[in-house]
Amino acid sequence: MLRLAPWIIVLSLVLPVVGGTLLTVPPAFGYLPVLGGDDWSFRPWLELAATPGILRSVAVSFGSGLLATGLALIIVFLFLSTIANTRFDRWIQRLISPLLSIPHAAAAFGFAFLIAPSGLLLRWLSPALTGFERPPDWLLLNDPFGVSLISGLVVKEIPFLLLVSLAGLPQLNAGQRVMLARSLGYLPRAAWFKTVAPALYPLVRLPVYAVLAFATSTVDVAMILGPNLPSTLSVQVVQWFNDPDLSFRFLGSAGALLQLVVTASALSAWWVLEKLIGKGFNAWVAGGNRQRSDGTLWLAGRGLMVISTLLPVLGLFALALNSVAGFWRFPDAWPGSITLSHWLQALPDLARPFWMTMIIAMAASMLAVAMVLAALEHEQRRNRPATRALWLLYLPLLVPQVGFLSGITVLSQMAGQAPALWVVVWAHLLFVLPYVYLTLVEPYRRFDSRWVILGRSLGLSVNQAFWRIRFPMMLRPVLTAMALGVAISVSQYLPTQMLGGGRIVTVTTEAVALSSGGDRRLIGVWAMVQAITPFIGFLLALLIPRLLWKERRGMQAL
Amino acid sequence: MERTSGHAGPLAEAGCLQLQDVALELHGHHLLHLNETISPGGVLTVMGPSGSGKSTLLAWIAGFMSSSFHATGRAILGGEDITGRPAEQTGVGLLFQDPLLFPHLSVAGNVRFGARGGKDDVAERVENALASVGLSGFGHRDPETLSGGQRARVALVRLILSRPRAILLDEPFSKLDAPLRRELRAVVFEHLRQQNVPAMLVTHDQEDADAAGGLIVTID
Repeated sequence: MLRLAPWIIVLSLVLPVVGGTLLTVPPAFGYLPVLGGDDWSFRPWLELAATPGILRSVAVSFGSGLLATGLALIIVFLFLSTIANTRFDRWIQRLISPLLSIPHAAAAFGFAFLIAPSGLLLRWLSPALTGFERPPDWLLLNDPFGVSLISGLVVKEIPFLLLVSLAGLPQLNAGQRVMLARSLGYLPRAAWFKTVAPALYPLVRLPVYAVLAFATSTVDVAMILGPNLPSTLSVQVVQWFNDPDLSFRFLGSAGALLQLVVTASALSAWWVLEKLIGKGFNAWVAGGNRQRSDGTLWLAGRGLMVISTLLPVLGLFALALNSVAGFWRFPDAWPGSITLSHWLQALPDLARPFWMTMIIAMAASMLAVAMVLAALEHEQRRNRPATRALWLLYLPLLVPQVGFLSGITVLSQMAGQAPALWVVVWAHLLFVLPYVYLTLVEPYRRFDSRWVILGRSLGLSVNQAFWRIRFPMMLRPVLTAMALGVAISVSQYLPTQMLGGGRIVTVTTEAVALSSGGDRRLIGVWAMVQAITPFIGFLLALLIPRLLWKERRGMQAL
Repeated sequence: MERTSGHAGPLAEAGCLQLQDVALELHGHHLLHLNETISPGGVLTVMGPSGSGKSTLLAWIAGFMSSSFHATGRAILGGEDITGRPAEQTGVGLLFQDPLLFPHLSVAGNVRFGARGGKDDVAERVENALASVGLSGFGHRDPETLSGGQRARVALVRLILSRPRAILLDEPFSKLDAPLRRELRAVVFEHLRQQNVPAMLVTHDQEDADAAGGLIVTID
């Protein structure tokens, strides 16, 4: 049974992704008998080409993805080059996990509430610095070039890239490398970029690709921060799939395939850039130039990181403030009155979506943890490295969600099935599994094998040794992985929305749906609930071991 | 087949640990070869530098060996061939360099963890065993609050209550400071003699070998 675990994981990931993508193909070429498409044709593609603004949609998806990923990576590397284990550095590092667990939609709403013409930032500056007595008529949000979308994505992806980089750094002996280069006369920043960066990049390449794939195809963030008329390609595709006129499924499928092409092109473009920059970089490293000053770089690395960390925190604050604001005239920095009425009004509607969110999140992350533990335990017992195929874990993170979810949607419609909860849970599992695996694999392999040996020499079978020794001793990382799984699941918009067919409603789908309405107070309430939900999981993961092992100091440190 | 009856007589066989033609290889590289019989109450000391395969020899007897090693020969305990048995069925107990007290269990919980033979009087046996190493009343304590020497004693008691039919010691004193090492040696070897089971000690400390008092095999 355990032997099958790695393969069950691989299959349950690969099957929906590959199958879903393949299922998108026939309707994209006009073939879908249930909907009256009996002949193969290029009509959906012609319709797609004739859609007003389609080129612009494609360009914004492609460009904003590349730019956002590039900027986020540059900021993270600049910051890492200034890192010196000061109190500030540790403070930033401690903020990573909480920032990471804010769902994308909530983070995007928070960002929107900050930068909007009537947002918190302009309120704080007005009228003293700007002279504005009323919100300026600027397109700060949803601008046609996707600037607000790019900024929002940069801010949201920085914690993730920082986390994976920090995980890679210890094996590089970064401190020593920099010290050596500095003793050869290089300034600290140049020393870092010439000796650490080239070794670090390969370690974070796959996560960077995942960020890029996400940025080119995100739906919820683009709905909140991206341009309208035309919106980004992924948002267009989802709108076609949501159209009550089912004949739009053909156009939508063609669009979903186009989205696959756009994301694949962005990944290829990045790959080419990577090679080109790498070449130039090597020349620069080998050139041996020593600069005279790198103060500007230091300032840029620190400054940009401070801004990127502060913005989401302020964003949450803006959400909270809006959710309790009474009457709030424009240039006023603070609401004239504070009221709980928005919360009280929303509360009856919140209960059902909240429990649905929790049910899906708990089911998906519990399944994921069980599958990952089984695979890792199998690996330990076999005493040999994991199945190579496990790199496929990254597959759902590299293929755009709309690309394969649309195929699955079409399939469930062909089967004439009502939206089923288990399909939604499975879709969440696709995105939860990779993260659960990545958080558990290190603690699992580091676990001292002598504990199990000892247990077995005291008469325990392999299974007993797992349940009585390994599981309790690893409870803390297991719960952390579960909490992360819950956070990932809570932030999923598209799988619930598309596969749930509008009948399975979570806090996230409700919050995103509110974005078009523009009721800030209500959005504030729902986005706050969405942002807080993952924290409940992390809080439990922190408290349960602490209560359970109250009298065991050895378990506090583990 | 022939060796089982040929090497040692039926009388010596009762409770003996016999290593018959045991050879260890790592990636085709010959590490050691051993042909010994340890009688109940006796201690065989294996000495040699690190990397000589002496710890792997213990792992092989106890039923855990990394797949990168290759072993031939047989291990016979009390007349039963235990070669290749699952670790929990060899009846072989281990004492490591570190006490390895389970951090999620109390001191008594650790000792009870391994206890074999009847659940009725187990609490009493645990308390008596703890008292026998001067740890009376320590049962409810968190292992983390014990000193290094106390932890080593708990580990010993846990091993004894699991009623092993042979005991393997893998440099059990090497991480202790000199006075503590002497004290613990005395306690451990006294308990080993009381158990009257064959024991095997792996070490590179000559004083350990002297204190064990049995046959010494050196490998290089």
